[in-house]
Parts: sequence; structure tokens; C-alpha cells
Amino acid sequence: MPSERLLGPSRLDVRKTYKLYVGGAFPRSESGRSYVVEDSAGRFLANAAHASRKDARDAVQAARKAFGGWSTRTPYNRGQVVYRVAEVLEGRRSQLVEEVRSAEGTSRRTAETAVDAAVDRLVWYAGWADKVAQVVGGTNPVAAPYFDFSLPEPTGVVAVLAPPESSLLGLVSVVAPVIVTGNTVVVAASHRRPVPAVTLAEVLATSDVPGGVVNLLTGPLVDTAATLASHMDVNALDLTGAAGDAPEQRAFATELEQFAAENLKRVLRAPEQEPDWTAEPGLERLTAFLETKTVWHPIGS
Amino acid sequence: MLGAMSAGAVVSPQTGRLSEATGSDSSLRRFLHGLPGVDQVGAEARAASLGTRSIKTTAKAFALDLAIRMVDLTTLEGADTPGKVRALSAKAVRPDPADPSCPAAAAVCVYPDLVATAREALGSSGVHVASVATAFPSGRAALSVKLADTRTAVEAGADEIDMVIDRGAFLSGRYLEVYEEIVAVREAARPAHLKVILETGELQTYDSVRRASWLAMMAGADFIKTSTGKVQPAATLPVILVMLEAVRDFRLATGQVVGVKAAGGIRTAKDAVKHLVLVNEVVGRDWLDPDRFRFGASSLLNDLLMQRTRMATGRYSGPDYFTVD
Amino acid sequence: MAEVSTGSTGSTSGGFEYAPAPESRAVVDIKSSYGLFIGGEFVDPRDGRSFKTISPATEEVLAEVGDASAEDVDLAVQAARRAHTRVWATMPGRERAKYLFRIARILQERSRELAVLESLDNGKPIKESRDVDVPLAAQWFFYYAGWADKLEYAVPGTVAPAPLGVAGQVIPWNFPLLMLAWKIAPALACGNTVVLKPAETTPLSALLFAEICQQAELPAGVVNIVTGAGDTGRALVEHDDVDKVAFTGSTEVGRSIARAVAGTRKKVTLELGGKAANIVFDDAPLDEAIEGIVNGIFFNQGHVCCAGSRLLVQESVAEEVLERLKRRMTTLRVGDPLDKNTDIGAINSATQLAKIRELSEVGEREGAGRWSPPCDLPSHGFWFPPTVFTGVSQAHRIAREEIFGPVLSVLTFRTPDEAVEKANNTPFGLSAGVWSEKGSRILWAAGRLRAGVVWANTFNKFDPASPFGGYQESGYGREGGRHGLEAYLAV
Repeated sequence: MPSERLLGPSRLDVRKTYKLYVGGAFPRSESGRSYVVEDSAGRFLANAAHASRKDARDAVQAARKAFGGWSTRTPYNRGQVVYRVAEVLEGRRSQLVEEVRSAEGTSRRTAETAVDAAVDRLVWYAGWADKVAQVVGGTNPVAAPYFDFSLPEPTGVVAVLAPPESSLLGLVSVVAPVIVTGNTVVVAASHRRPVPAVTLAEVLATSDVPGGVVNLLTGPLVDTAATLASHMDVNALDLTGAAGDAPEQRAFATELEQFAAENLKRVLRAPEQEPDWTAEPGLERLTAFLETKTVWHPIGS
Repeated sequence: MLGAMSAGAVVSPQTGRLSEATGSDSSLRRFLHGLPGVDQVGAEARAASLGTRSIKTTAKAFALDLAIRMVDLTTLEGADTPGKVRALSAKAVRPDPADPSCPAAAAVCVYPDLVATAREALGSSGVHVASVATAFPSGRAALSVKLADTRTAVEAGADEIDMVIDRGAFLSGRYLEVYEEIVAVREAARPAHLKVILETGELQTYDSVRRASWLAMMAGADFIKTSTGKVQPAATLPVILVMLEAVRDFRLATGQVVGVKAAGGIRTAKDAVKHLVLVNEVVGRDWLDPDRFRFGASSLLNDLLMQRTRMATGRYSGPDYFTVD
Repeated sequence: MAEVSTGSTGSTSGGFEYAPAPESRAVVDIKSSYGLFIGGEFVDPRDGRSFKTISPATEEVLAEVGDASAEDVDLAVQAARRAHTRVWATMPGRERAKYLFRIARILQERSRELAVLESLDNGKPIKESRDVDVPLAAQWFFYYAGWADKLEYAVPGTVAPAPLGVAGQVIPWNFPLLMLAWKIAPALACGNTVVLKPAETTPLSALLFAEICQQAELPAGVVNIVTGAGDTGRALVEHDDVDKVAFTGSTEVGRSIARAVAGTRKKVTLELGGKAANIVFDDAPLDEAIEGIVNGIFFNQGHVCCAGSRLLVQESVAEEVLERLKRRMTTLRVGDPLDKNTDIGAINSATQLAKIRELSEVGEREGAGRWSPPCDLPSHGFWFPPTVFTGVSQAHRIAREEIFGPVLSVLTFRTPDEAVEKANNTPFGLSAGVWSEKGSRILWAAGRLRAGVVWANTFNKFDPASPFGGYQESGYGREGGRHGLEAYLAV
């Protein structure tokens, strides 16, 4: 009897399609490809979109388009927007705990700690929006009748390789400092653990973050990293996701850095191992993607 | 005006010094650049602050009817036909067929070749026929062509001419050329009223809007008008503020009253009411009249009608209840 | 509530008369009486005394408010001390930050209520409480929330800057909620707990803020509000267990506080009076300068310590500036503070009105020319028309004393040197304005002006990221920005 089957315990669940997040929309990969994502125990979890080189190109285009509007918003406004992301993320806490747990294979308690820390990290960076200039900028007492001051400005479009292990906390920790100062970002999520990243994209899409400020790609790094590192309209590159001290990993990171040299991207180098994301972050990630602008103006009646 | 007065009463009509300022390119440049600067942030803050006025009940009813009477109902498309213009003319005469108390619009605004159609359709209704001219909207044509364009429109029955200035000449500092062209069109357009379109979206800075406003007024404009409607941004509140300040100061300096037309981008009754608040508080009651202030618009009229109906019935209306011409 | 009419002062509006557009007062629920907020709860004063707070626009009684005695103040300080030692000082900055963010959000969520209450109790126009006071108060909490877990970056050379302890804070009646935010947000961010005394004529928004602290589940005793007049303030400032005194108000009271804390360990910041010069050079953007002059002196009925109460205008444009200023003043709308179109509301109290009247009469007697636009003032409540004095010289009392009302004194100058000399010729030094299209002249003047804040081609701008405070007899210490933290840290 069909009605019994509909209501009975054997109800079939509706699975989610995991897509990319580009320009505020959720497209499938233009390649039409996906790949199997497994949980930490090797069970099938999802088919995630396999981002292609063209997807990476589209994402850079979207990030560039969003840069003008995002970077000229008031710092106070950007701070409120990033704080809003924290609020909406908190609302998805239980979902994310589950996803982080199955992706990373940790205990529920560890997953909870990671999600809570991710929310707090967003709050921490939100507060920096209207303060970073007060810490790294200032006036310069030049020896002539000029008013001279230096202020930080966002560098532009930043490509970020997200850490492979820490699927949510690590991702938030690399994205938040880039955008809060006014940059826009194309981030390649953890290849093996993309599910929390896609949920974060949904959180971003339903916060007040304008489309294109964060663009998220899933899939093997080999396809996207080189495209992003060599793209001439990308201003900076964060190689955190290429961490590792194995020779082939070092060679991979070195090659990307060499690509980046072509248009002199600012590069945050790959660490020897993935950082401990629960530690208090310093200013490094915040200031890595800032330019300093100095202005001279005469003083006279 | 600071520049005007402190620079030796250049614009006193009694002494004829206004014409001295327009004697040469360099004297005209000196005069226009002697006008006080406009601080962008301050001007925008002032316009925004006036935009927060709360216009309710009787004040709103007054403003809606006044706004309807100020509309230059406009169609300026390549696809315009006599049929379209006749329909628009009927709408201008009786904007709300269901309500005889609804006032008529100020004018119908069309291209020169459709002036005769509009003239015939409007008859003795009192609704004016306005025509764009001078190689609208770019203004990129020889002076002789612009003048012929103007005369064609006037001969066909236009009683208002909306001309465009040569923005290229203005931006490259050839002020006298712009001035003389306006003067020539002014002559060719008689007896029609002359509205001079500054195309503020291309002038970009408020300083330029102020200078172009003075230039047009000194050359004999009856109205200064923001935009063709073909360039964005068109009429914005701060641009209207700067133009209203210009007509206010021009009257103080010369005694002559010049009107202002906000054209392009005003689509809602709320926007129109904000403009009227600006008129009210910047230049005062003398400009609260269709002879002194106009809206160049097409979709605005229906929103005004909808709001008017809402005031009368207490219900929000829908677009299906108003004619689409 | 008695009806208060709002009308344009002049007749320029003609046919376009704005119909009354009153904000509904139903959005705010005013209780008939309020206790003191001590240890997270509303309690009655020990000796049961209370006083009335009225609407200055109508003289209607709004509520009865507890009058805190020295004993009540002592209980509040004890509660603050307990909260400091047991909870607040030891809580990680990250967690303190989240409380402040919560408060900021609740201020935003309840903004309409707060704005209406502020306008009722203070008399300021609803458009100012709605567009300035309340949003800025929320912004202040938002900004300082962000500092709570970043203090080591705020003061270079410190590893873990420590809070001072209990802060006793006394605020004025001109921006009741905003001044509360200026005081409480940085204090809490740094890990201090507070006892705050609002002004006796405007206690209500502080009491609503107390409810907001409850809604935010702020630990009991972190914020304590004691209402009362001068005696309550004195008891708080002089209390032995207060580590920090923050005061905004008159120079006279500020001086007595400085005297009272002499020889103690208390850290003090004082935000006092001013007699700011607003300097208009002949190359100023004139229309915007007129707006800046109007905003400088008529914003909040001139009840602003940094008000541009002395207009210094270059002689070559003086006549024209005055003519334009007067024309602009005829469009100011004086009346019902709750009407959304009101530009100038009620004078806050009978006492303040008497002071404004007295000094204005002195101005006339001393020979300055007095002018106000024609203007119908309501028959009840406390009102004063926007007023300009011309032909004022440096020797006139109206050029030297703070009037704290909608009264502008106009002086002229011939050269930039003379402008700066006159501007600095006062014992005050809170703020100044400079109007010119020439950047180098602005920076030159800014460099020479002895004032804590210099506004160029604008006036009366405030932002939590920007330090505010005076030179000389306008007080010491800064509020706002990174500098505002130092007042609440042991550094």
C-alpha cells in the first residue's frame, strides 16, 4: 500500500546536490564532472562538483567584479556582514557538527569545539574590520611641511588553497581575514572534505555577503591551483592548502609560487604542516593581503 | 553668489556686466570657475537629509497632484509611432479616466517628427507639446543641423524645446562655444520655451553641474534640465539640489527666474515627492509650479496615479487598474 | 500628552505645508515608576525617595524615578566590585566581546523604542534620536565589542593589559543613551564593571538600557544604573572603591571632580564644555558651509559640548554668508520632538532655558545684533528660537561663555592668522571647524588650532573609531577609537 510506504519507517531521504559557489550562485561544474566524497570511514558521503580550469576562471571573474563594491564599503559595514555570517553559522551548528564529524572522523565533542571555534573566529575577524587601520596605519612625521599618512588597502582578488585537514575551522580561518579587509576570494576547499565547505557557502549566501566576495571551488587541487596561481588577474595567493614537507608536496608549492611570480602576486607560503587552527591567530593572515598607501599633502595657509 | 558677487558684481544686469562675463572664452572660464565649489559629501548629505522628510495626508495629496501637473509625459524611442504618441497625448490630458478630478500633465515630450501628431492630439487641452531637438541625445551634429532640427520642431507646433548642450565642448573647457550654441538655439526656438539639457551623468562632478547650470542660464535658458534619460545616472537628488541652488542664486543676482526639470530615473511617487521637498526647502514656493519645475518621465505618472487612488480609497492599487500608454 | 505643533519658522513653504507626521509613542512602554538597577535587578532606593522626570516639550510627567542616596551608591559599587572580581575580569575577552555584540544587536532591534523614549525624555527631534543617537550607540558597542579580545594590539608594548576595576560614570542630559554607550562600551570591553549615573532630567533611556542588559543576560552587577541628581553623582565619584571616574558635563563640575579625586589612585577622564570656532574662509564650499554652520549650532538645540557656537567668517564673504544663513534659518522647523519633520526640538529643562535666556539678554545689552526667524513656539514646555548674534567681539560674554543652546555668535576675521588667533582665544579647546576648498589651508589651520577635534568641511561628526576629547578646560582623556581604551586600562 503506497500510503503506508510514504509514511512508514522506510522513507527514502532526499539527498543534496553539492555544487560550486560562484558569484553568489550555486552552479554545477561546467565540466559536468563530479567526484565521490567519502566519510572518514570510507563510506560514500556525496558526489561533489569537480571544478575545472574554466570554473576557476569564472570564479576569478566573479571575485573581480565584486571587488569594487566590497572594498569600498565602510569597514563598519564589512564588520557587521562578517558578524552576520557568524550568527547564521551558529544557527547551522548541529548540521555542521555532524558534517565535520563525518568528514574528519573526530568525536562529536571535538567537532563541536571546531564549529564553535569557527563561529568565534568569524567574530574575532569581524571586529578587525574597523580596527586594522588603527593598528597598522598611522601618520608619518616627515621633516617638511607635509601631512603624511599611511593606510592599509585591500590588495584585490586573493586565491586561497584551503587546508586539507580542518574542513571548517581551517577554512573559516583562511577566508575570514582575507575578506574582512575588503579583498574578494576564490577558495579551493579541502579536496577530500568539501561537505562542510559547501555548507559554509550556503551560510555565506544567506548572510549579507554580496555575491562574488567569496567563491568556493571543490575538486582536486591539481586542476584548479595552477590556474589560480598563474591567473594574471589574481593579486595574491595563499598556499596554506599545499602544506607538507614531503618532497613532491614541496615541489608542488614551489611550482605554484613560481607561477605566481609572473605578475608578482603576494604569496603566503605553504607551511611545513597544517597549522593548529585552535590557536589564537595573529595578524599575519590579516596583513598578508593588504597594501600600504602613503599620502602626502602640503600644509600652508 | 560668492563668485558672482565678490568678483565685482559681475552679474548685475543694470550695469550689463553679465554680458562682460560672456565676452570671451577666458572671461567666461574665470567667471564659471569663480563660482563656489560644491563639497560632494556635504551636498549629498543635505539631499539625503531632505529626503527623510515625512510627507503625509494633506501634504501628500497636495504633492501628488502638483507632481502630476509637473509631468512631461515622455516617449523618446526609435520605435515611436503616431499611434503611440496619440495614446500618450490622451493619457496626458486625462491621466485617470476614472477620476475627473485628476489634473492633466504639463506636456507631452516627443521627437521633432512626431510634434505635429502630438499637437493635433492635444488640441486646445492646455497640455504643452515639448520636443527634443539639436541632435538629441548626443548632440553630435553640425550647428546648422541642430538649428534646423529646432526650427522643424517649432514649426510643427512645439511650444517647448528641450535641447542638449555639447558636453564634449564643455568638458574640454570650450565654454564660449557651448554658450554661443545655446544662444543660437535660443533664437531659433522662439517663441517656444527653451529647456537646456546638461546631461549631468556625463558631467560627473557637482562643480561641473553648477558651472553648466550658470552657463545655460546666462545664455538664456528658460529651464535647466538634468538629463536626456539615455545616460545613467540621470536625475539624482544631489544633482537637483545643486541645480536648484543655481537657479536660486541666479535670481538673486539677476532677478530672472529659471525653471528646473528633473528627467530620467524618477519612477516612483515617493521619489517625486522628495524632489518637491527639495524645491520647497531650497528655492521655496515660487518654484512649486509647473512653469518652474517639471518631471521628465514616463512610468512615474502611473505610480503617482496609484498613490493618488490609494489616498482616496485607503487601499493599495495594482498596475492593472491604470492605463499603460 | 498635550499637542505640540510643528511649524516652519518662516513662510517660504507657502502652499506645501507639511502635515503633522508624529512618530507613535505607543511603541515604548513607560512604567509609572522605576527603581535603581543594582546587581542585575531593579531595586527601590533604601530611603524610598524618588523624583519625577518630565517631557520638556509638554512638561508632562513621564515617570517617577528612584533617587539614589550614598547608601544606594555604595550597594551599586559593591555589586560592581563583586561582578568584577568573580566574573567579568576573569572572563576571556572573546566571551566579553560576545556580550557586547549582543547588546549592540538588541540596541539595533529595539531602536524605534529607544528613539521615541529618548525624544520624549530629552526633547530632541525624533529624526536625530532615530538617525544619530541610537544607531551611533549601537555602533559604539559593536566597535568596542571587537576590541574586547584584541586589547594586546590596542596598547603597543603590553602583553595583557589589565582593567582598572570599578568605573564610576556620570553622564549629561544632551545625548543620554549615546553618552551611556560612550562610557559603558569601552569600560566593559576592557574588563571593568560600571556604576553609571544618568542625568536627573533624562534617566529613562538608561533604565531601558538596564532592561537590555537583562535581555542580553549580562552577568549581574557588570552594569549598575543609579539615578539621581548632583548628590548621587558626588557619592559615586567620591566613593573609595571606585577605581576610575569618567564624567561628561560642565567644566564647573569637572573642576570639582578633579579637586575631589586629588590624592587618590582614581584614574579620571573628563569631557567638559566648549566654545568652538567654526571658521569659514572665503574659498569655502558655500552652500555646504551654511549647512555646516546650521548643523554646528542648531543640532540637538545647541545642547552639544562641541557645538560650533562661534562662527568666524572671513570679512570678504561675511555679509553674503549671513544673508544665506538667515534665509536657511527660516526653513528650520521648530516644535514637537516626535514629529518626523522637526529640526529643532525642546530645550531640555527650565533651568537650561533660563540660562540661555539670560546669556542672550546679556548679548543684547552688550550691543550685539540679535536675530531669529519668525517662529511660533508652543505655549507649554521649554522653547527657544534659533538665534544669531551679529557684530560680536571677543570681549562679549556670548563669545566666551558656553550657552549650550541654539544661539550663534558671529565674528569676522581678515587673515588666516587672525582666524586661528581668535579661535584659540578661549580657555576651552574641545572642537573647531574649518571651511575651505584648499586642502593645504585646512591642514595648516588644523595644525594650529588648540582643539581636540577639528572638522574640515563638516561639523559634529562622531564615530566610535574616532577619538574625541578636549584640550585645556574642555577636559582630558579621549573617548572613542583605540585611544578610548586607554582610559579603562592599567597601562
